[in-house]
Amino acid sequence: MAHPEKLLEIKNLKQYFNVGKPNEVKAVDNISFDIYKGEVVGLVGESGCGKSTTGRTIIRLYDATGGEVLYDGVNVHGQKSKKQLREFNRKMQMIFQDPYASLNPRLKIADVIAEGIDIHGLAKSYKERMEQVYDLLETVGLSREHANRYPHEFSGGQRQRIGIARALAVQPEFIIADEPISALDVSIQAQVVNLMKNLQKEKGLTYLFIAHDLSMVKYISDRIGVMYFGKMVELAPADELYKNPLHPYTQSLLSAIPAPDPISERTRRRKTYDPASHNYEDSEKIEFREVTPGHFVLCSEKEYKQYQAQSKQ
Amino acid sequence: MTNKDTVISKDMFQPAQMDLLKSEKIAKPSLNFWQDAWLRVRKNKAAVVSLFVTILLVVMALLGPILTPYKYDKQNTAHANLPPRIQGLENIHWLPFDGTVTTRFGKELHPYETKQIKEYYWFGTDILGRDQFARVWKGTQVSLLIAFFAALIDMLIGVTYGAISGYVGGKVDSIMQRIVEVLVGIPNLVVVVLMILVLKPGIIPIILALSITGWTSMARVVRAQVLKFKNQEFVLAAKTLGASNGSIIFKHMIPNMMGIIIINTMFSIPNAIFFEAFLSFIGLGLQEPNASLGTLINDGFKSMLAFPSQMVIPAVIISIIMIAFNLIADGLRDALDPKMRD
Amino acid sequence: MNKVLEVKDLNISFHTFAGEVKAIRGVNFDLYKGETLAIVGESGSGKSVTTKSIMRLLPEGNSEIKSGQILFDGKDLTKLKDKQMQKIRGHDISMIFQDPMTSLNPTMKIGNQIMEPLVKHQNLSRHTARERAIELLKLVGIAKPEIRVDQYPHQFSGGMRQRVVIAIALACNPKVLIADEPTTALDVTIQAQILELMKDLQKKIDTSIIFITHDLGVVANVADRVAVMYGGKIVEIGTAEEIFYNPQHPYTWGLISSMPDIDTDDEELFSIPGTPPDLLDPPKGDAFAPRNPYVMKIDLEQEPPFFKVSDTHYAATWLLHPDAPKVEPPEAVKRRQNQYDGTLGAASESTALNKGKFPGKKEGK
Repeated sequence: MAHPEKLLEIKNLKQYFNVGKPNEVKAVDNISFDIYKGEVVGLVGESGCGKSTTGRTIIRLYDATGGEVLYDGVNVHGQKSKKQLREFNRKMQMIFQDPYASLNPRLKIADVIAEGIDIHGLAKSYKERMEQVYDLLETVGLSREHANRYPHEFSGGQRQRIGIARALAVQPEFIIADEPISALDVSIQAQVVNLMKNLQKEKGLTYLFIAHDLSMVKYISDRIGVMYFGKMVELAPADELYKNPLHPYTQSLLSAIPAPDPISERTRRRKTYDPASHNYEDSEKIEFREVTPGHFVLCSEKEYKQYQAQSKQ
Repeated sequence: MTNKDTVISKDMFQPAQMDLLKSEKIAKPSLNFWQDAWLRVRKNKAAVVSLFVTILLVVMALLGPILTPYKYDKQNTAHANLPPRIQGLENIHWLPFDGTVTTRFGKELHPYETKQIKEYYWFGTDILGRDQFARVWKGTQVSLLIAFFAALIDMLIGVTYGAISGYVGGKVDSIMQRIVEVLVGIPNLVVVVLMILVLKPGIIPIILALSITGWTSMARVVRAQVLKFKNQEFVLAAKTLGASNGSIIFKHMIPNMMGIIIINTMFSIPNAIFFEAFLSFIGLGLQEPNASLGTLINDGFKSMLAFPSQMVIPAVIISIIMIAFNLIADGLRDALDPKMRD
Repeated sequence: MNKVLEVKDLNISFHTFAGEVKAIRGVNFDLYKGETLAIVGESGSGKSVTTKSIMRLLPEGNSEIKSGQILFDGKDLTKLKDKQMQKIRGHDISMIFQDPMTSLNPTMKIGNQIMEPLVKHQNLSRHTARERAIELLKLVGIAKPEIRVDQYPHQFSGGMRQRVVIAIALACNPKVLIADEPTTALDVTIQAQILELMKDLQKKIDTSIIFITHDLGVVANVADRVAVMYGGKIVEIGTAEEIFYNPQHPYTWGLISSMPDIDTDDEELFSIPGTPPDLLDPPKGDAFAPRNPYVMKIDLEQEPPFFKVSDTHYAATWLLHPDAPKVEPPEAVKRRQNQYDGTLGAASESTALNKGKFPGKKEGK
């Protein structure tokens, strides 16, 4: 899977809240990674690690405290005219976590989906607008009759599909999915993930898939980044991450996932992670280094050599 | 579940078609927000009764003055201070409509016979011989008008102020809230009285005076709601789609707050009515011959012991209005509160 | 192998604006001493309603137990008055809920919240109760319990609050603990800790646990037996091995196949199409029929009864009827069946010996 063309370059991104005050929070603390055209990058971590904040900062729901987000070479942040911001709104879209809060309860589904169409003037007449809405509904597996209903009449999975239809309405290139399946039932999760995968193939979309369910993330992602307290500790192709996790936090995370297999569950031992176990000296530089091609780990010089040696075995 | 003893034939095990559309079907009829709210309000009997009473009062306020042959401002000193008398009810002595008045000392007077008056004044007359029936309903009209407009202006100013303050946030929000706090700190009464003294009593000055300080509670409530919605995902989604700030406030946030806005407005109506009555009571209300429920009560107060009907009747009407609005607002609040959904 | 709780033919409905929603349509199961029974199902399947009805915590106004019995300790819980239920709640049967953030009273000290059931049910003096509370905090793995006992919930993290909730629930050594998705709101690593804690405590206190969840991984981790619910009924029930390695109901097949594992590759993940049924208007016949890729004509006409797969394994699907055609379950399920046949001899016998409770003879279809 060669994706030589970079779609997004995230460089030294920082998002700090309450800067300078005693309750300062470094939600995103100097992370850098690239996203290539047509790929799915998974971003995992536990609550408070900053993965959602990263997604929201990339799409400029929050203004970054520092660093850059280059989309096709152009910085998303900084002074921008309305027109430029509108451009970004069309190219980058987002799917949200909570199917019960992500749709305006007072709008009919047709209006929810067509909002993007209306804002960007993508339909020249009412008829064309409705045709696009019906098309989108069918693309996500719902029917035309649903267009006249209200969000509260739908189940979680259906609402999530409506959210996807809404994001697709502006024909974006890049979609950030912020925990889109966390609030759904298991069998519905599979539906939504299949839908997203199909759409990706059909329309050549690029995804940033933020989640905490590692099994589902592994299934859909090409590469996966692991975050811990605002820092990215490991980034590698999906299979490689699962077969050969290098950072101790990644190892503890993987060992904590329960597998639907009673026999293996009875014998599995869980690894715990203690950040102090690194024993970093003050002088050591902790950087995001490439241990093997494509496999990055946040580590010191000493650990870097260790990991390299491990991987050669 | 136990199986019935029907014969199960082999061909029943033929494969059938999986019917997906059936599984995506939505059984319940589609109800929008207001239809849903109405179903809930209907359950609350007090609110429904109050609604009917209010509608009745409004109808009477509009039609009342037309129903009698006497104009509300026509004086007829010969017919002054008559008690209520209604045709057909005049012989039922335990109802107050029989044309008699009982003095403090227990003596029953019959002024209609004494003064040889053939006309019927349904609510009696006041000290200048004006028909109370016409005056009371005219007064109700005026009171409701003042209250309605005061509440409307309250709502408009309050919603705009609160929405801007909450949405913009930061320093602007801080300053706007400090202003509100100062206004809230100054006693309402003082501000209103001063305004009336400056502008001279009249319908419009009274409306203005009531609105000057009434909007603060609405502003605070709206600001709280806006702060809550600002971080909700459907607002974030609108932002990522490129919606303008105005569109977000008016298309997304305010429709979701309509319930709270309406409830607040409904509660402010009885406040306004009462306030106006109070102003009249201290002499800052409308001038003669204009009438409002407040001025009527004020006038009636002066002859309360001798001719109680002149005060009691407008007092009863004003009480009914206030109770009714409060009960409706209460019912609406239960109906529109999303937390109490089934 | 004595039964602690028996639920017989439970039928529960809710009366709503739109009509009567038949949430529970004939549920039967037993709970044995010392075991963990997992109830798996998705939203709307009725799992929470079933357990809330055991505790009689359903809203009085619009819910109705139409028929059925819940037998506990010689009494039928459906017939008890609220005052009698109050003696049972927290003392004989305890419940822990999903959201640790809202399960604790924010204005009461942790110690007082743990002491409440002790004082009320066991009539302990406040002094004794406080000591017991500190013991319980230690038992659930909270460091420095003597200090923590006087703190407020906001001073605890999510995982720790859930531990406190467990401590409160187990304070009176109840016979039954009902856990309604206790780890769904927690991070993966915290979830693993809480599950370990619960298994540990179960061994120490010998309480029976009913564990509700929709996460099959968690089920595999904690459950002795599993009941799968769909559309207000139990569709399959058996030991954990039987359900995971030899499932018989198409819905269970769907659930197991829609969870990706290490071997799932790039092809499409099997998913069950459609949405769970609207119980306002339950379909005739099998509720799963509209979404069942193996649907037969009879599924549209009659609800399937339970067919016996083994002494401990039952499934309610017409596919087990002698006249039904043989079907191939999805790939993911077939792989597991092979795994089962291969390891069954050794694995199930050893677990049977360890538990000593379920002889579990395996019969063929």
